[in-house]
Amino acid sequence: MTATETRTAGGGRRRRRGRGERSMVPEATFTSYYGRPIVKASPWTADIPAYLFLGGLAGGSSLLGAGADLTGRPALRRSARLTALGAIGGSFYALVHDLGRPARFHHMLRVAKVSSPMSVGTWILTAYGPMAGLAAVSEATGCLPRRWRDSLLGRWLPGAGRGAGLLAAGLGPAVASYTAVLIADTATPTWHAARRDLPFVFVGSAAAAAGGAGLMFSPTEEAAPARRLAVVGAAADLIASRTMESGMGVTAEPLHTGRPGKLLMTAKALTGLGAALAALGGVPAVGQRRRGLSAAGGGCLLAGSVCTRFGLFGAGQQSAEDPRYTVVPQRERLEGRDQAHNPA
Amino acid sequence: MAECHPVGFQWVMEAKAKGAKVIHVDPRFTRTSAVADLHVPLRAGSDIAFLGALVNHVLSEGKEFRDYVVAYTNAATLVSEDFRDTEDLDGLFSGYDPEKKLYDPSSWQYEGSEAAAAAGHRDAQYSERTDDSSEGQKRAAGGQSHGSGGPSVNGDPERDETLQHPRCVFQILKRHFARYTPELVEEVCGIPRELFTEVAEALTANSGRERTTAFVYAVGWTHHTVGVQYIRTAAILQALLGNIGRPGGGIMALRGHASIQGSTDIPTLFNILPGYIPMPHAHQHEDLASFVEADAGTKGYWGNMPAYTVSLLKSWWGDKATVENDYCFDYLPRLTGDHGTYNTVMRQIDEGGGGYFVVGENPAVGSANAKMQRKGMANLDWLVVRDFSMIESATWWLDGPEIETGEMRTEDIGTEVFFLPAAAHTEKNGSFTNTQRMLQWHHQAIEPAGDARSELWFYYHLGRIIRQKLAGSTDPRDRPLLDLTWEYPTEGSLAEPSAEAVLSEINGRDAEGKPLSAYTALKDDGSTSCGCWIYCGVYADGVNQADRRKPGQEQSWVAPEWGWAWPANRRILYNRASADPDGKPWSERKAYVWWDEGQEKWTGHDVPDFQPTKRPDYSPPEGATAEDAIAGTDPFIMQSDGKAWLFAPAGLTDGPMPAHYEPEESPFENAFYGQQSNPARQTLSRPDNRYHPSGDQPGSAVFPYVFTTYRLTEHHTAGGMSRFQSYLSELQPEFFCEISPELAAERGLEHLGWATIVTARTAIEARVLVTERMTPLTVRGRTVHQIGLPYHWGPNGLSTGDAANELVSIALDPNVHIQETKAATCDIQPGRRPRGPELLEYVAGYRRRAGIGELTGTEANRR
Amino acid sequence: MTATTRTGSAPAADLGYDQPPPRKGFFTDTSICIGCKACEVACKEWNMVPEDGLVLSGMSYDNTQGLGASTWRHVAFIEQPKSLGTQETDLQHEGVDALALAGGLTTSPPPSTRAQVDLGMPGTVLPGAEAAVGTATPFRWLMESDVCKHCTHAACLDVCPTGALFRTEFGTVVVQDDVCNGCGYCVPACPYGVIEKREGPSGNDAVGLAQKCTLCYDRLKGDLEPACAKACPTKSIQFGDLDDLRERAQVRVDQLVAAGETGARLYGHDPDDGVGGTGAMFLLLDEPEVYGLPPDPVVTTRDLPGMWRRAALAAVTMLAGGIAVFAGRSSQ
Repeated sequence: MTATETRTAGGGRRRRRGRGERSMVPEATFTSYYGRPIVKASPWTADIPAYLFLGGLAGGSSLLGAGADLTGRPALRRSARLTALGAIGGSFYALVHDLGRPARFHHMLRVAKVSSPMSVGTWILTAYGPMAGLAAVSEATGCLPRRWRDSLLGRWLPGAGRGAGLLAAGLGPAVASYTAVLIADTATPTWHAARRDLPFVFVGSAAAAAGGAGLMFSPTEEAAPARRLAVVGAAADLIASRTMESGMGVTAEPLHTGRPGKLLMTAKALTGLGAALAALGGVPAVGQRRRGLSAAGGGCLLAGSVCTRFGLFGAGQQSAEDPRYTVVPQRERLEGRDQAHNPA
Repeated sequence: MAECHPVGFQWVMEAKAKGAKVIHVDPRFTRTSAVADLHVPLRAGSDIAFLGALVNHVLSEGKEFRDYVVAYTNAATLVSEDFRDTEDLDGLFSGYDPEKKLYDPSSWQYEGSEAAAAAGHRDAQYSERTDDSSEGQKRAAGGQSHGSGGPSVNGDPERDETLQHPRCVFQILKRHFARYTPELVEEVCGIPRELFTEVAEALTANSGRERTTAFVYAVGWTHHTVGVQYIRTAAILQALLGNIGRPGGGIMALRGHASIQGSTDIPTLFNILPGYIPMPHAHQHEDLASFVEADAGTKGYWGNMPAYTVSLLKSWWGDKATVENDYCFDYLPRLTGDHGTYNTVMRQIDEGGGGYFVVGENPAVGSANAKMQRKGMANLDWLVVRDFSMIESATWWLDGPEIETGEMRTEDIGTEVFFLPAAAHTEKNGSFTNTQRMLQWHHQAIEPAGDARSELWFYYHLGRIIRQKLAGSTDPRDRPLLDLTWEYPTEGSLAEPSAEAVLSEINGRDAEGKPLSAYTALKDDGSTSCGCWIYCGVYADGVNQADRRKPGQEQSWVAPEWGWAWPANRRILYNRASADPDGKPWSERKAYVWWDEGQEKWTGHDVPDFQPTKRPDYSPPEGATAEDAIAGTDPFIMQSDGKAWLFAPAGLTDGPMPAHYEPEESPFENAFYGQQSNPARQTLSRPDNRYHPSGDQPGSAVFPYVFTTYRLTEHHTAGGMSRFQSYLSELQPEFFCEISPELAAERGLEHLGWATIVTARTAIEARVLVTERMTPLTVRGRTVHQIGLPYHWGPNGLSTGDAANELVSIALDPNVHIQETKAATCDIQPGRRPRGPELLEYVAGYRRRAGIGELTGTEANRR
Repeated sequence: MTATTRTGSAPAADLGYDQPPPRKGFFTDTSICIGCKACEVACKEWNMVPEDGLVLSGMSYDNTQGLGASTWRHVAFIEQPKSLGTQETDLQHEGVDALALAGGLTTSPPPSTRAQVDLGMPGTVLPGAEAAVGTATPFRWLMESDVCKHCTHAACLDVCPTGALFRTEFGTVVVQDDVCNGCGYCVPACPYGVIEKREGPSGNDAVGLAQKCTLCYDRLKGDLEPACAKACPTKSIQFGDLDDLRERAQVRVDQLVAAGETGARLYGHDPDDGVGGTGAMFLLLDEPEVYGLPPDPVVTTRDLPGMWRRAALAAVTMLAGGIAVFAGRSSQ
């Protein structure tokens, strides 16, 4: 039984092992140990892609909320701030739930390591979370009993909310983009190869999601910024994704194969459609159906963002499971180096 | 060796690093082959053809170490005129009795002398010497040729130092092996000529004055109906090349597991006493004198057998052993026939009753024809199993294969089974004796858990309690027990007997009770006691010499201060042969032991295996006996003629020289002789132990494949020590068979799928491992496929599977009654085996198709 | 600026240990490995690593299949149609691919006990009646005992957010079970796929925590060599000061190449490689990937500064975008 004959990645042994599908790009030959993975896929489950999505949504929403606050759009402000709180709450839950020993979450607060995106992220969240929270809580001012509104709290709260909201808005983009580094800073071939453009895909996706949420939960007359954010974000997402894939070589394959491939295709469709609907919802001529179109567009964008995160996450896991995506790029790198050394 | 003796294999790797060429001859490509310089696959069961051709190569090319051969072997000795070779009798030697399927060795004698058998044999020939003969005894005496020893030669045999005389051993050997040609090797073993030539040239190029070659073998050589003759062929080869008694030479017998060597030195065998003294037979009125009479006037160290025997009796019966009562010689049990394992199992099945101790063995899995082992155990009064884990030999009555097939019903089995947990070597003090005859002491690390106890504890207290129960008995038959010296100090909370006290008793004491330091001090006047004469000196000066652990780099390269090797802490036996007849080293490079004229004594790197002050030019006076009868030029001091035997005038039951015979079951006719298989082999044809047709016999094609059984590094023999350990079981979690891709294609077997392997005994199932390490061979113009079956498994434990030994028949080597597990025929089919009664029907169908009857495979197999 | 230093062979000193002992490591010489697996067992015995599953893998004699949470030493077995240096074998196959003939490698369980395959009736004609024109085919059986590389620049250590992974005074990388919170980040970070979270019923030892070779940190503290090296009968696994081992390794590889083993090469010995050289180096007889090792591993955090820059740029872009969308008419 011969362990390691050189084979085409999509074919022979792998197919007999009943794993993976025929690859779509021309097949590079490579050698492996019984087709077993070299690097290990992350042990992460749905918690992490959910975390990626919710972080982005929260960050984008804080941005939207602060803008709305400053430009006097109370409804948009309220919906954005509440979305941010809900999203960040959810992402905290996902993060803790993912731990093998959740009780030990605080162990991450005992160190700060710039070499560990998860450590950096923990601190970003720790700073961002309370701000987003306070901003959301300040929305309660309106519901306070009359005599409290004149109280110190009543007078202080809106101001605090604005301040917190602005801080959250400042941190929001970081919350949205650091998660790209979180997964790119691994030996998982597809994630690591995507490191250059992944942050842009993530902020784009985050903006689209936040804009989408804004469109869904705010009245048309206040929704314009959300609409623009949604459309611009969607565009950024799609463009950045295109650039990213073109630079990844063989490791782009998992973005098109298997369940992740389907998810990402759906994501692009939803994002595009969502952007179109959102834009259409902005055209006065459409008249009465503007609100509906906008909400639908917002929904598509949120769903698209979810698919993007789950798709990219799954593609990475898939790339780790197949030695091809570890060996082929490293071989190419080595050959490149050899050529550099002796061009002849 | 890397597979089964990885720790010892470190020395092979070290030798390889120093430039040694490692050649591995094995039907399979194993972990040893993986690091060998040359791997030579051959057909299982064809080794004598291969080794014989090497002998022929040496003789016909004149590659023997002439000076060594003339001086140190019996090449020059003339053989009796009555001797007839296989050349004359088409595969038989003179003296064969086709009725009894026995040889009468008398025609194999030296000219002008009468030889008696080797250790374990002398007493057998008592019958010839006194007019008392009974078949049983001849058969029992059979080939119990354990350990060292030679014939007693009366008078001096004639010699022709020119080696020209047609009846000198050298010429007989030359004629005998002349037909063992590279062509025949290719045809019979499947080894291409060029490959054979390469081995032959490597071997001869690395032998002689300047260089030596070592042979290493294990049960792959011994487990055959001609096993002893396999080893004999290697011995002849090594003697011809001058590779015995010299550094880097010799033949290493890798043993089955730790201290198997020790268990033959101080035997768990029925037919010898400690130190290879034969067990007396039940002759009429035999006393100590007539027992050793066989050795009267013997030359060589066996001439001292009276001293060894009396000292043994003294150590067992102490003051009760006096010259008046013949040192309690009559207390010794007597042999009335073959009491070997397989014969015992037959008697269990046929006669039933009695008890059985199964200790550190797992016959229900580990012995040939496991079914008969279980049927024997099912027919006893009681069975005691002592092991670490609940092995199959202790549970067959509950869930064994016969229960599944309905051949046995638990409620019908009368055997009372006792399982007694045993302590591991880490839980007790004691010694291991390895294949170099080296004793190494091990210390207890922890107390045994729960009820686990050491063997020493078990037998000491068992004896103590029995003696208590018998106390005051007047029945003479109880005397041997009651008179035993049975006082050992006990230690610790478990009252563990002191292993060191036992060692000191084995070492022996002088009249004052002081520890002896060498077996040369043993007396036959009852003034010394010694539990095993070859171990005398292991407790010299009251020091446990086996417990020495001085690192190699802190002492000479022979490392005499690591452990203790018998006899006399000698690391290489017969090492006088490392010097030429004048006592000078054959070469500086291979200097080991030499005669120092200045000091008038033998000296060197090791303890000389010779009388220290016997001059090289010493020639024995008329009528000298024992060691005094050995000349200064005769290194093989245990042999009465002091020579290495190229030709064995006595001591073997199946011929004075090796001849290639096919295994009991073989797909091929014997290409060498009309005689198909070993004419003296023991067959036991009965319904559960039928044999296959071989060669051209009708029906042989029903079992077209050769299978061989073996071990893996990850498991231990029958699995008692490994299949119950998760760390070992996960490394080889299931029973599998290894086959070549070609066989897989031929039979439609899938990698990791199931296969059913069938013989006339039964059918077992195994997962399939297809590997290019198994190679088809071209034998006699046909392709033959070999199937590899590791035999570790059984139904119990973490790593489970069918037992390969279910397939193996009981066909025995006539010298040592060892079973042929290494070469037999079978069929293999895809899928799982039938279950329940269908299994019996399935196998019966095979027997019918192959036309197997009671006589199949049992006839003398003449063509 | 990753947390690990770039100055290579003395990571402990660079991390501020006061006069640490010389960096310790392994040199695994696969050319003399006999695949006895004593290292696997000794490691488990000493470190009390649990059994890792009873699966007949069909991958030659390798039923362990790879390093993981409960396998800290792993012996790879590779059966190849190539010749080993000057070794000669006489295996006769006609260029067959065993697996193709055998229907492929699968670790899925066999058909259930009762699923009886028709055993068919054996023919009475002798198979292989005519001789196959077998020609000796090149073949070799490679064995390699794999282990954690204890990288000079260890990604697992870099990305650990709790500090559970740390660099010992011996320059080795060790997990502290009582600090690890099981985030699992180190698992995808390792370029060799060594470290892994232990699965199993919670409550069992170290379940949910990242696990890997400690280079027997406890034994090293007691001046003992690691269990695997101690148990190795052929000295295929050598333990010692990394600098000595590097020299020894070079001598050995030169020997082998001179002796005709042209495939011999060192792996992990080069302080300039993607992980700054490893604390466990290997002498291989074929390409690394043949043994399941990455041909050109890189510590992922080497690219981290660049990643942070891109992330910052993306964040700023988003911020700008966020402001931009509010620019223009304040409402409509």
